Amino acid sequence: MDTAAGVQACLPIRSDMDLVWVRQHVRQAAGRLGFGLVDQTKLVTAASELARNTLVHGGGGQMEAAHVVSGRVHGLRLTFRDEGPGIADLERALSDGYTSGDGLGMGLGGTRRLVHEFAIDSAPGVGTTVIVTSWASRPPHPREVN
Amino acid sequence: MPEQEAVGQQGSPAREVGDFLHRRREQIAQRWADETLFRAVFTVSRDEAVEAGRAVVDALAQVAVSGRAADPEAGGFLVVREQLARMGAARTRTGLTPSQVSNDVDALRPPVLDLLLADLPDAPADLLRESSNLLTVLMGTLRVLVLETALDEGQALIDRQRLQLLEVATPVIKLWDGIVAVPLIGMLDSARSQVVMETLLEAVVEQQARYAILDITGVPTVDSLVAQHLMKTVAAARLMGAECVVSGIRPAIAQTIVHLGLDLGTVVTRATLADALAHALRKLGSDIVTPSAGGMGER
Repeated sequence: MDTAAGVQACLPIRSDMDLVWVRQHVRQAAGRLGFGLVDQTKLVTAASELARNTLVHGGGGQMEAAHVVSGRVHGLRLTFRDEGPGIADLERALSDGYTSGDGLGMGLGGTRRLVHEFAIDSAPGVGTTVIVTSWASRPPHPREVN
Repeated sequence: MPEQEAVGQQGSPAREVGDFLHRRREQIAQRWADETLFRAVFTVSRDEAVEAGRAVVDALAQVAVSGRAADPEAGGFLVVREQLARMGAARTRTGLTPSQVSNDVDALRPPVLDLLLADLPDAPADLLRESSNLLTVLMGTLRVLVLETALDEGQALIDRQRLQLLEVATPVIKLWDGIVAVPLIGMLDSARSQVVMETLLEAVVEQQARYAILDITGVPTVDSLVAQHLMKTVAAARLMGAECVVSGIRPAIAQTIVHLGLDLGTVVTRATLADALAHALRKLGSDIVTPSAGGMGER
């Protein structure tokens, strides 16, 4: 099991300018942990999507970035938390092409494909928490087939 | 006997300080007018500085009596907020750091404190100590207020620069007859992409362009919103009769777009700006010919 090496940063997501900060922070943090350019770009893009969801659908919130270690592999875990209206139908929200706003509807489903681990917890009226983790290279243990 | 029991009782520090500020209003304003903060801001006439000083003393007196000495949001400060903002901003603009401005404001404290101590020679020690404490707190709050407004000035500057950035970061370049290019730099948020679309469409009309190249070499992240903005711009240009080519898609971005599941199938894309230009030229019926050693021959 991987262990968290502590929360590195907690960034507020309240405006468009905060999204810029989130992207830059994730890019720098991923670079420091030895992410390759492609993995870096993927994680930054995922963070951009999730942060925008937090802002637009969740009415603002925050992102926590944590450095995680599994064996000898380093990773970055990002937790996006809002206290917005929540998502009523998670299954549908994760499907490609579904949007509650005027977006493309690729954000949430697409994000899941951009990161190694993806977890979402949402309840109507309570808020939404999305936790994504990516590793600098593949984690040593093989992926389970479900 | 006390008339205002509700606010500050006779002999309470709040009341003492409030009374003192009213009584010594003129002297304090006169002394402040000689301090750096006022002297540097009100350069035209000393009367102006004294007048401004009086307004600040009045505000301090009101706040002292209201019992919210430590609260920069206290009602009494409202009247002088704008004036303090002007003073703080004037000092910041001359290149002073916030801590230097802070020191300027702090220099206003000793003259008032001296006056207070001289004014209450017979007061009980307790009252004297509490009154001077209160006055110190009050002057500290004034300091916070000036700094806050000085920082607001910095924020306003950043906002202005952001607007300027919107304008300058989106030039439309004519590459050839009928071919224009927009090199996109930085993140395409909604505001930026709106400006890009407008300038591009105007250029399409102006230059009678048949081809418009959107180069995203300088765009660090392409997420679904950026892709959506790009596609909207392409669709709008198409309505105006111009074909769009998106160029400068780096390998990492290409992989990300695929994983994200974005469908850019309707958009003509090329790896580099040069490829996009060659594509547009060929479509326009011209081609770039490299003279070979024999003087003839095409690529």
